[in-house]
Amino acid sequence: MIQVSNVSKSFDGVPVLKDISARFEQGKTNLIIGQSGSGKTVLLKCIVGMLECDSGSILYDDLDLTRMNFSQRRVLRQKIGMLFQGSALFDSLSVEENIIFPLNMFSTMNKEEKRERANFCLKRVDLQNVNHMFPSELSGGMKKRVAIARAIANKPSFLFCDEPNSGLDPITAIVIDNLIKEITKEFNITTIINTHDMNSVMEIGENVAFIYKGQLWWEGSNQDILHSGNAYLDQFVYSSKLMHKLKK
Amino acid sequence: MNFLFHTGRYFLLLVQILKRPENPSIYRKQIIVEMDYLGLQSLGIVSIISVFMGAVLTIQTAFNTEHPLLPIYAIGFATRQAIILEFAPTIVSLILAGKVGSRIASEIGTMRVTEQIDALEIMGVNAAGYLILPKTIAMVIINPVLIVISMFLGILGGYLVSLITHVMPVGHYLYGILFDFSPFDIFYALIKTVVFAVIIATVSGYYGFYTRGGALEVGQASTKAVVMSSIYIILFNLILTQLLLA
Ligand SMILES: Nc1ncnc2c1ncn2[C@@H]1O[C@H](COP(=O)(O)OP(=O)(O)OP(=O)(O)O)[C@@H](O)[C@H]1O
Ligand SMILES: [Mg+2]
Repeated sequence: MIQVSNVSKSFDGVPVLKDISARFEQGKTNLIIGQSGSGKTVLLKCIVGMLECDSGSILYDDLDLTRMNFSQRRVLRQKIGMLFQGSALFDSLSVEENIIFPLNMFSTMNKEEKRERANFCLKRVDLQNVNHMFPSELSGGMKKRVAIARAIANKPSFLFCDEPNSGLDPITAIVIDNLIKEITKEFNITTIINTHDMNSVMEIGENVAFIYKGQLWWEGSNQDILHSGNAYLDQFVYSSKLMHKLKK
Repeated sequence: MNFLFHTGRYFLLLVQILKRPENPSIYRKQIIVEMDYLGLQSLGIVSIISVFMGAVLTIQTAFNTEHPLLPIYAIGFATRQAIILEFAPTIVSLILAGKVGSRIASEIGTMRVTEQIDALEIMGVNAAGYLILPKTIAMVIINPVLIVISMFLGILGGYLVSLITHVMPVGHYLYGILFDFSPFDIFYALIKTVVFAVIIATVSGYYGFYTRGGALEVGQASTKAVVMSSIYIILFNLILTQLLLA
């Protein structure tokens, strides 16, 4: 569980996050949605501690990230997996080495166990026979999968995904979305996903937080999102002709 | 103001680099990789430059010191001193600043703009330490080797040129090479080399690590890394020479 309370953040006096409070449940896919520039990435970076928020607290179970020192954060981060928008695989390492990397750094496994774990993770994301390929030889969707495999390699308790399906075709996008959801359930992870894709919201949005101009306007499940009664949210949800038709 | 900002941030980065590694065995492996990548792969260019440098130096000295009062072996002596004291440590380090410095800055800069450094940090890895420390140690180990090879090849270049062109008798050249040899000169050259190695690795690492933007900025960072490490090499050359020889 991650509990964000009264988090604010501004850059050079321009407020980007305004007093945001939200709760992200364990074993669920928690979505942060909103228009481009609404502050989703900034919020996610504050939650993982890549940016310092100006005020408020961020609880991981019952530990407050904002009060942790450098080394406490480092320990917490070993329980975090993150999927970056551009995958952020290490170019100089092969697929297998990428996945083994966090294990090399932090686990006490031996070589054989690490290789087994890497193969398990690769299988989990439906990739085979790519162990010795390099990131530059993979397609965008494959890179995303490898990045997921790397993120789950060290058995994280928390998984963060920044726009996991941007730049992917609709079929692959849904496959990736569902993969993240399955993994969340299987390993009982607290997962937070940034997205502006309504398909993802309908597919895996168990707990959705809607941000508009740095403020949290609505929280709920994808069951309720279609009739939230919030004007900004409706604008977001029914922005496409398709959703408009469905509404009628 | 800008200078103070960069200096301050550079020293903060150094502090971060020197934090205890999370897994020393990974760092050790990385040092070996970097020794090959940054050191051995520069052996070719260092060799070629050194041989020709020594040859030209011998010809120049021979033509410019034709004087009845100067013994001929003084040419060999002057060539040796020039190579050991300046040409091998300083000029070769400047060339390495160009070759290795740009490589370090563009590698780390690319990792920055493609979020690979963020990915390291999120895993709980000390990215600055992991990326810059092994490179620095590798260069501190391998650069002195390169410089000693360069000294040897430079002197060999002078020998070959006197053998082939007869600018001076080979026997006199060899006598001059061995004349009044002081091992301290080698020590002085290696001290300089080590300092220059640290400058190249950390200054280039610094410009790579704080790259912001995209491919264009990576290119700029790598140029900046070469220019700044060259300037600091020249500056520290002066300081160290004053300290060690004066
Ligand atoms: N490091 C920064 N310095 C200054 N302003 C920033 C910084 N990072 C983000 N911002 C600003 O914060 C606002 C929110 O940006 P953010 O990246 O969180 O948007 P987003 O919701 O993730 O959008 P997208 O869906 O396009 O990724 C933007 O107006 C942006 O200009
Ligand atoms: Mg974003």
